[in-house]
Amino acid sequence: MRVFAQLFEAIDSSTKTSRKVAAMVDYFDRVSDEEKLFAVALLIGNKPKRPVATTSLREWASALAGIPSWLFEESYYAVGDLGETLTLLMPQQSRPEETPTLKAVFATMTALRKYSPMEQRETLYTFWTTLRGTALFLFNKMLTGSLRVGVSRKLVINALARHLDRDEATVAHQLMGKWDPLTTRFTDLFPQQGTALPHHIPYPFYLAYALDREPADLGDINNWLLEKKLDGIRGQLIRRNGELFIWSRGEDLLTDKFPEFGPLTTLLPDGTVIDGEIIPWKDGHPLPFARMQTRIGRKNLSAKMLQEVPLVMVCFDLLEYEGRDIRHEPLLIRRAQLAALIDNPALQRILLRSEEMAFPDWQAAADFRERARQFHCEGLMLKQWQSAYGVGRRKGDWWKWKADPFSIDAVMIYAQSGHGRRANLYTDYTFAVWDGDTLVPFAKAYSGLTDTEIKSLDRWIKQNTVEKFGPVRRVKPVHVFEIGFEGVQASNRHKSGVALRFPRMLRWRLDKTAAEANTKDDLLDLLRLYGQ
Amino acid sequence: MKRLLQVNDRGIYCERADVYIDPWQPVQRALITHAHSDHARRGNGQYLCHHDTAPILTLRLGTDIRIQRVSYGEPIQINGVTFSFHPAGHILGSAQIRVAYKGEIWVVTGDYKLLNDGLSQPYEPVVCHHLITESTFGLPVYAFKSPFAVYKEIKDWWRENQQAGVNTVLLCYALGKAQSILNQLREETDVPILLHGAVANVNGALAARGYHFPGQWMETEPVTKAPKGALILAPPSALGSPWMRRMGNYRVALCSGWMQLRGARRRRGVDKGFVLSDHCDFRQLNEAIDLTGAEHIYVTHGYESQFTRWVREERGLPAEIMNTLYEDMELEEL
Ligand SMILES: [Zn+2]
Ligand SMILES: [Zn+2]
Repeated sequence: MRVFAQLFEAIDSSTKTSRKVAAMVDYFDRVSDEEKLFAVALLIGNKPKRPVATTSLREWASALAGIPSWLFEESYYAVGDLGETLTLLMPQQSRPEETPTLKAVFATMTALRKYSPMEQRETLYTFWTTLRGTALFLFNKMLTGSLRVGVSRKLVINALARHLDRDEATVAHQLMGKWDPLTTRFTDLFPQQGTALPHHIPYPFYLAYALDREPADLGDINNWLLEKKLDGIRGQLIRRNGELFIWSRGEDLLTDKFPEFGPLTTLLPDGTVIDGEIIPWKDGHPLPFARMQTRIGRKNLSAKMLQEVPLVMVCFDLLEYEGRDIRHEPLLIRRAQLAALIDNPALQRILLRSEEMAFPDWQAAADFRERARQFHCEGLMLKQWQSAYGVGRRKGDWWKWKADPFSIDAVMIYAQSGHGRRANLYTDYTFAVWDGDTLVPFAKAYSGLTDTEIKSLDRWIKQNTVEKFGPVRRVKPVHVFEIGFEGVQASNRHKSGVALRFPRMLRWRLDKTAAEANTKDDLLDLLRLYGQ
Repeated sequence: MKRLLQVNDRGIYCERADVYIDPWQPVQRALITHAHSDHARRGNGQYLCHHDTAPILTLRLGTDIRIQRVSYGEPIQINGVTFSFHPAGHILGSAQIRVAYKGEIWVVTGDYKLLNDGLSQPYEPVVCHHLITESTFGLPVYAFKSPFAVYKEIKDWWRENQQAGVNTVLLCYALGKAQSILNQLREETDVPILLHGAVANVNGALAARGYHFPGQWMETEPVTKAPKGALILAPPSALGSPWMRRMGNYRVALCSGWMQLRGARRRRGVDKGFVLSDHCDFRQLNEAIDLTGAEHIYVTHGYESQFTRWVREERGLPAEIMNTLYEDMELEEL
């Protein structure tokens, strides 16, 4: 764990990706295959599940630190991260330092789950009093299930490719799927060149960047496939060796969550891999994403739920056909094969082919995008007909072109100090709209401003506080912000009667006075037009 | 019964003597604990402070202010109330102010720390009945190690950067931490130490009191680049300013108690954070209460509600929040 802790520090203290990659390559070159395996798991976020309830962690750590639980909570609030709080509150120990292997720590995380509370506490006390510094921090981050190392998957793949002397696409593919480092060997994961991968392993997803130029710069619209950008779960459907697997982009195996896809085991030919969006679909159009979330959250799916929120996969790509990896073929060819495969009445209730939107020119596409929400989508996807199916996020062939968010001008009325990254700065704000001559709060937001704006706003808040309650300050209703959001829903838990999806600050409207902010009626109009 | 010291809209007020301690609104007569800008503001009729605080006040507030200088321990009588200044260990010249009237003793800590930093006059506990304490780092997650251990980390890092052929930029409070760090670098004469104007100005002012520090001012004109391997001291506000372009290839660190938290470190976007504080941590705050033997505790700026509750519930002492307008400006100074 000591060497991994050093790697973590090197990554954590650098903002340059070249240095991060160099640190990883150097690390992989130095340590054993066994350690590498656990390190890769941690680096790509394949971490053990939280083994102990956080309430127990808080209780035991407070006791060890000799502080009451309320003070633990206050500390946690200020720090903003449970693992870090645990680390900072551990008393300086006289017990000698120990440095277990990464494997031992992983094994402990797994074993802890089966222990009695007494045994759990004893084990934790041992680690808490013998680990130091970064190792203690890493241990606690694993314990709270929140360890994140500051490298993207892409960088890890890059470093592994250099260490293994293989190309990145191969390494990316080998890393796919869920694997448990306690039951996997490094050589299983990265077999000798030419060895076939296990049949359940998905292909790396190809991802699109947000369009960063004028669509006209993309050339002739006829060279592009335009699809609706749907709001569901990106998934990969694998039918191999007589089995069916459905992977999410987060690499969760979701096969069991979607019983309606079960018949595909017999309906699809062996050696088929389809990329698409899994969404709730009824009466010819999508249902709101929130419905799907409730369904995914359920442990047991009732027949009623299955009937109320039926799922389909809107298929947009075919990656494997008749057992052949066809990702290098042009999209045009892949789509033709996809059509031949799934345009089949028996499949129509479960697999839909994504609609190929036909627009005479980019202007017509732009008009559609602006009104995208009326058509149950978030905007458009643009994919070059000649493009291969790539690995990871790449610029050039695939773009997402999302509709602009809804926006409302609102007055800031409360500010709350942030925690963690934003401790002792006022960064979390509550916004209100006018209802007659009173201001009704309707949204909270804490992102969207630059650091400079946050700083100057923080200073203004401290000087214009009307009332203080705990970490919250009521401020003079002066500043107007343009609040952007992705959706609106009726809600009786909110004073304003609406709940917003992903509210954030788009702009600080220094050009507007509070009186010029929007009204509750404006919000209700949006609800009527687009409410879900 | 009126208390000997209380807060009104101008500052901490002693009605009997008609004087204020660290007022935030202009008053006739102000006793100043130390020269940081949130404690020593402009516009007061007369300033009473320690000898080492005076030159910084003139630097910041102008030469035309009226200052009465005092030594540590020297009693000052005002309307029958006895005031005296005692080392607070925060920065050079920083003082706790003791206020005594008819056997009742109050102490205002100002900003303070118990750990010796090698330069500031070390903290001396002052026995009292009523203690008005700051609480900037009044949560148990703040636990600071000795400044000398941090100085060593800083020197090691500087050496590491020299070997990598890059400059070292240390961001710290221009008044206080800059001097205590420079004080540790007197032997490092082989590589240049360069100072931002804000630090150089403070050093210049302190020279009048016989304090001399290594390092030379990196003048604005002519625009020269820092030589390789140099150590540059600047206030945190320099980060991201055009001034930094002269640093060539550099790594930058922030020295502050706030660096204890990863989040604070990451938000500033620095390569490294050194946990170096001129304030008490949680343990020191508790130790100060023990050392003064105070029976009533008043908690000002920082984690006042949390620390007050801690003192009241866990230590069984009457404690209350004293709402003042001091704001720790450490990370936004200048
Ligand atoms: Zn201060
Ligand atoms: Zn202060």
